[in-house]
Amino acid sequence: MKPQLIYLDHAATTPMDVAVHREMGQYCCLFFGNPATLYSLGLKSNEAVEQARAAMAKLLGCSPDEVYFTSGGTESDNWALQGIAFSRQDKGKHIITSAIEHHAVLETCEFLKKLGFEITTVPVDSKALIDPADVKKAVRKDTILISIMHANNEVGTVEPVAEIGKIAREAGVTFHTDAVQSVGKIPTDVNALGVDLLSLSAHKFYGPKGVGAMYLRKGTRIQRFMHGGGQERNKRAGTHNVQGIVGLGAAAKLATEHMAEDAERLRKLAARLREGLVASIPDLRVNGALDRQLPGMVHVCVEGVEGEAMLLCLDGEDICVSSGSACTTGSLDPSHVLLAMGMPAEVAHGSVRFSMGRHNTEEEIDRVLAVFPPIVKKLRAMSPTYKRTTPLPATLTRHEHDHGSHD
Amino acid sequence: MYSDKVMEHFRNPRNVGTFETPDGVGEVGNPQCGDMMKIGIMVGDDTIKDIRFQTLGCAAAIATSSIITEMAKGMKLEEAEKLTRDDVAEALDGLPAAKMHCSNLAADALREAIKNFRETHK
Repeated sequence: MKPQLIYLDHAATTPMDVAVHREMGQYCCLFFGNPATLYSLGLKSNEAVEQARAAMAKLLGCSPDEVYFTSGGTESDNWALQGIAFSRQDKGKHIITSAIEHHAVLETCEFLKKLGFEITTVPVDSKALIDPADVKKAVRKDTILISIMHANNEVGTVEPVAEIGKIAREAGVTFHTDAVQSVGKIPTDVNALGVDLLSLSAHKFYGPKGVGAMYLRKGTRIQRFMHGGGQERNKRAGTHNVQGIVGLGAAAKLATEHMAEDAERLRKLAARLREGLVASIPDLRVNGALDRQLPGMVHVCVEGVEGEAMLLCLDGEDICVSSGSACTTGSLDPSHVLLAMGMPAEVAHGSVRFSMGRHNTEEEIDRVLAVFPPIVKKLRAMSPTYKRTTPLPATLTRHEHDHGSHD
Repeated sequence: MYSDKVMEHFRNPRNVGTFETPDGVGEVGNPQCGDMMKIGIMVGDDTIKDIRFQTLGCAAAIATSSIITEMAKGMKLEEAEKLTRDDVAEALDGLPAAKMHCSNLAADALREAIKNFRETHK
């Protein structure tokens, strides 16, 4: 990473921690044995996998034999939903989920719908918050699974998963949560959350890409997703991604040690950014539930400007962020999460997500606050819809605006 | 994803702005779709003497607006109204496929501006 790069897209992926990378290294070229073999080279790999499982279990507050390694969040979500649906379809074919889930959950639900399952999608309010009462109302006799995410990946709202867990338990319905955004950032004790299954991904908390895990509560029946060998107690076939799993374990260990401290620092950084943006950019709206926000997440909508344009201008200043505008979702529609929050499309197109991480500093936030308001001012001056449009000076260049002044 | 030319026009857009009393104005797009374009022209001798734009949209939307103002300035009206979306994309060394339809509205806006001029200056 270039030293001057300011990376504020940790919800997309995080830089691998150097300590994680170091631990993985020896399992690539030196200890490369297949953990399913019986000679000592293989046993060495097996031991590393089991140590990683123990570290992961500690972070989740579960028993190591309830942790199954997968290729990441998407596989875990696919397995959780399809595995439960197929193993319980004799009991019913009704599944409850929410409007703001990740595509890995929503698209799997769409697939199950084609196979004859019925999906109820509970709504969210303007802060992307799910009302547990809506989940309770949706439960039927034939409901076999509830899948509600722990924290939303776009606006950072932390959902009332523990309350929904109680509802699921009382109703005797299996409960899955997609915790890809929350694991390693806020407590994700599976018993406190009351979940039967949980999906997670290593690269969202300073681990490697291409590896993740699924928590499966002991005694929960599930169909296999990957068919093949007998790995993962015969539930998930495929030779273990040993170096990846070692990385996941190392990242879990670091998260266990640093979570509280990181969270406090990230909340302060987020507040600094949020307050700075509100003070320096008029007609800017802060989204999400501030009292239930993932640490380090700031999501705003800037009136009269399009998201991709802001993103690329920030990239020109070596600042990485993301947006939920149509141009960045790869479709003609803005993000389904923002639309589910009741946001008009023209507002959603102007969204920007800043997601901070362990290595961000106050100085970096201050640089964003120095650079971003003039970018917005320049783009608004070009915009035919922004109400305070004023003719653009003939020689407008970047940096020449006084920071913090209103249009 | 974008050509250097698109990025150059996006970062340093030409002829941004409005006229106090334009001879013709064309407006296309819809803020709901995320793209909105407004082109104003000043006309003399059936020629585009001056042209300015305002655009709400992504880098492609801004770059296409910018380059069409360069292409059209000094052009005869009958030539300018023949400019197509493909001409604009070509002048920018191409646009990503997804942007060809939604963000490549500059030629339409210019045609609307010329039409508006003709209707108001009979």
